[in-house]
Amino acid sequence: MIEVKGIKKGFEGRTVLDDVSHRFEKGKVNLIIGGSGSGKTVLMKCLVGLFEVDKGSIEYDGRNFSELDFDGRKPIRREIGMLFQGGALFDSMTVLQNVMFPLTMLSDLTEEERIERANFCLQRVNLPSSNHLYPSEISGGMKKRVAIARAIAMNPKYLYCDEPNSGLDPKTSIVIDELIMELTEEYQTTTVINTHDMNSVMTMGENILFIHKGKKWWTGNSDQILQSENPELDSFIFAGKIMQKLRKN
Amino acid sequence: MNILKDLGRYWLFIASIFRRPEKWTVYRSRIADEMVSIGITSLGIVSLISIFMGAVITIQTVYNLVNPLVPLYVVGLVVRDSMIIEFSPTIIMLVLAGKVGSSIASEIGTMRVTEQIDALEIMGINSTGYLVLPKMIAAIFITPFLVLISMFVGVFGGWVAGELSGVIPSAEYIRGIQYQFLPFNVTFAMIKTVVFAYLVTSISTFQGFYTEGGALEVGRASTRAVVHSSVLILIFDYILTQLILA
Repeated sequence: MIEVKGIKKGFEGRTVLDDVSHRFEKGKVNLIIGGSGSGKTVLMKCLVGLFEVDKGSIEYDGRNFSELDFDGRKPIRREIGMLFQGGALFDSMTVLQNVMFPLTMLSDLTEEERIERANFCLQRVNLPSSNHLYPSEISGGMKKRVAIARAIAMNPKYLYCDEPNSGLDPKTSIVIDELIMELTEEYQTTTVINTHDMNSVMTMGENILFIHKGKKWWTGNSDQILQSENPELDSFIFAGKIMQKLRKN
Repeated sequence: MNILKDLGRYWLFIASIFRRPEKWTVYRSRIADEMVSIGITSLGIVSLISIFMGAVITIQTVYNLVNPLVPLYVVGLVVRDSMIIEFSPTIIMLVLAGKVGSSIASEIGTMRVTEQIDALEIMGINSTGYLVLPKMIAAIFITPFLVLISMFVGVFGGWVAGELSGVIPSAEYIRGIQYQFLPFNVTFAMIKTVVFAYLVTSISTFQGFYTEGGALEVGRASTRAVVHSSVLILIFDYILTQLILA
């Protein structure tokens, strides 16, 4: 479980996150949603330690992450897997080397064990025969799957996904969403997803946090979200034609 | 104020490189790869530039030797000392600032804008150590060899030019390059090379590491890396010459 307590973050005098508190549950897919510029990416970057919070705390199963230094954070960071928006695969490495990378750097496994583990992760994301290819030689959907394989290579307790469906066609998006849900259930990870894809929200939304103007505006699940009477949330959810039709029905 | 801010950030960046590495075995293999990337791939351009530098110095020195009292073997001595003291360490490192510096800055800049550096940091890997330290060590070890090669090739180029144009007999040139040789000059050149190698790699990685934005900013970081490295090489060339030779 990840618990955020009263965090504030600003840049050059401009407040981006204002007193946000929330609990991201273990074994669930936790979504952070919000419009562009609402602060959801900054929140995720604060959670993983890419940005330091100005005030408040971030706790990983009771361990106060925000007050630790670089070395103190290492044990927690090794329990984190992250899927970046663009995949963030290392260009100079093949698919197999990318997935093996965290194992090579952070584990004491032998070469054979690392290859075996990387192959297992690649099979788990349905990419069994692309080991020798470079990131520039594979499609966007495949890149995401390789990135997921790399994220789960170290058996993470916490899985972060930054806009996992961006740039993907609807069918591939569903495959990625289903994969994330399966992995969350299988490994009982605390999964946090930053998205504005309404299909993902409706499919995976077990614990949704809606951020608006840097504040926690609404929380609930995908069943409750359609009945919400929050005007800002409504205008975000029902901005698209499909969702408007769904509301009419 | 911006200069002070950048200087502070540069020193914090340098300090962060020397945190304990996650795995030395990985670093060792990266250092070997970087030695190939920085050193071996630069051999061609270094040799080409050096041979022509030696050739031009020979012909220009002969052209300027108008006093019949000055013996002709002085040409060989001038070529040798010019190559050892100044041309090989400084010009070759300026060329490497362009070739290697821009490549390093764009490689790390691209990694920054495509979130590859963020990925390293989230894994708990010291991104500056992993990306910068192998390049720095590799450059500091391999560039002295490049400069030594440049010295030999330059002196050889001078001999070839003298032979081809017939401006200086071979025996005179060889006598000149052996005349009053000071081994300390090579030591001085090696000291300069190591300092310049540090400057090129640290400045280029620094510029790449703090790139913000997209492709345009990566290009700008690459340009800044070359300009800043070149200017600092010239400044430190003067400082080291003053400190060591004066």
